[in-house]
Amino acid sequence: MAGAPNAARCFTLHNERRALARAMLLLLFAVLPAFLAPAFADPVYPQLSGRVTDEAGLLTPQDKAEIEKDLADLEQTSTDQLAVVTVKSLQGYPIEDYGVGLGRKWGIGQKGKDNGVLLIVAPNDRKVRIEVGRRLEPFMTDTMSSLIIQNAILPKFRRGDFAGGIKDGIRDIKSVLLGDAEEVKRRAAGGRTAQDDPSDMVNLFIFLLIVAFIIWVNYRQSQVMQSGVPGSRRRGGGIVVIPGGSGSWGGGWSSGGDSGGGGWSGGGGDFGGGGASGSW
Amino acid sequence: MIAVTRTFIARPIAFLAIIMAGLSMAGCGINTIPTEEQRAKAAWSEVQNQYKRRSDLIPNLVSSVKGFADQEKSVLTEVTKAREQTTNIQLPPDIITNPEAMKKFQDAQATLSGALGRLMAVVERYPDIKSGQNFLALQSELAGTENRIAIARRDYIEAVRSYNTEITTFPGRLWKMALYPQAKEMATFEVSPEEQKVPKVDFSKP
Repeated sequence: MAGAPNAARCFTLHNERRALARAMLLLLFAVLPAFLAPAFADPVYPQLSGRVTDEAGLLTPQDKAEIEKDLADLEQTSTDQLAVVTVKSLQGYPIEDYGVGLGRKWGIGQKGKDNGVLLIVAPNDRKVRIEVGRRLEPFMTDTMSSLIIQNAILPKFRRGDFAGGIKDGIRDIKSVLLGDAEEVKRRAAGGRTAQDDPSDMVNLFIFLLIVAFIIWVNYRQSQVMQSGVPGSRRRGGGIVVIPGGSGSWGGGWSSGGDSGGGGWSGGGGDFGGGGASGSW
Repeated sequence: MIAVTRTFIARPIAFLAIIMAGLSMAGCGINTIPTEEQRAKAAWSEVQNQYKRRSDLIPNLVSSVKGFADQEKSVLTEVTKAREQTTNIQLPPDIITNPEAMKKFQDAQATLSGALGRLMAVVERYPDIKSGQNFLALQSELAGTENRIAIARRDYIEAVRSYNTEITTFPGRLWKMALYPQAKEMATFEVSPEEQKVPKVDFSKP
């Protein structure tokens, strides 16, 4: 009936589409370099091997076990994750950049609570840093971190006593983090957890919506069946919808909890550059 | 009767179709542009937040130096003036999509960074100041703040890069055309030559 105009429209549409596709392709090539070039090259970070990652080999097994127990105790009490890492080399990066990158990569601290602290020792670069998770910054201030480095850690490091310096540093960091008992309690209990993540809430909402919908359909159907066609057999089963695809709800929580040593991992905490550095 | 049954059944099915369409579109990126936009805006707030933090530290810093080094007045006034400039600057609400305003903001902050750098260099000559507890505390706060600024800036640059890429590439470009015509490329910081330096690797040390 209206074949000719339709064909014409189809033809122009086809042409337009090709032009568009060509423009898209050109565009893609134009912006591809921006895609490929990483904004900032990252150093190669050591593998997370528990609360203490001793890449530079500064600690004896006993020291390591002792420190790990100390750190596990802290997490038990306040949920704050404190991790110690010694690195062979900073690969030419400032320890501040290295520290934030490593903290974010490992995700030390609970997600949403951002309560991780990282003690980084780079003996070959003669640098040490306390990297503080975003939401611990008000408690573990830069000044406090700096004082701990200057007074507890560096004097021992200067004498070559790395294990002693690390232990003293951890003792002081712990005492700062646990200093205000009330605040510690609030922090351990409160804060956002992965469960409160907005995306989870959206998922939950959609899920509930679908469930409500299914119930409603079934209810409607049974009503229609009852009043509508008397005597006819009621069909069993409504519509079954299996929701899926849009992410997982529940268990996004991957912190190692209380298992000391192996298998421990960060909970996804974020770092914003708080803390202090020192060198000897 | 049958017609009534149909409307009852048909409406929920339409409803379901809308939900399903929503879900599937969420899967193919309908939300990416607003999500990235919010992320970039949050990163920008963080940048401003950290600059504000630095600005708030300066009066204390100046007064802790003043008492000791009266003869270094010029550096101190330089810092105070530069700070005033950064606080007086009017930030238009559209600053993140306005490269000119962004540049002005950035220049003012860079001037302040320079003045602060000179002040800290001057302080090196005064052991009395340098060893004071008050000054040490301020110094570590200032160093920490500068570090936070650097990181906030880097996060912002990264967020903007990602957002700009999204709205200029397929399929984000189509979503922009169809649903978010107001989405504009955001301005980012020009990285100063000093920041562009590739980290130097020193192999001389064992």
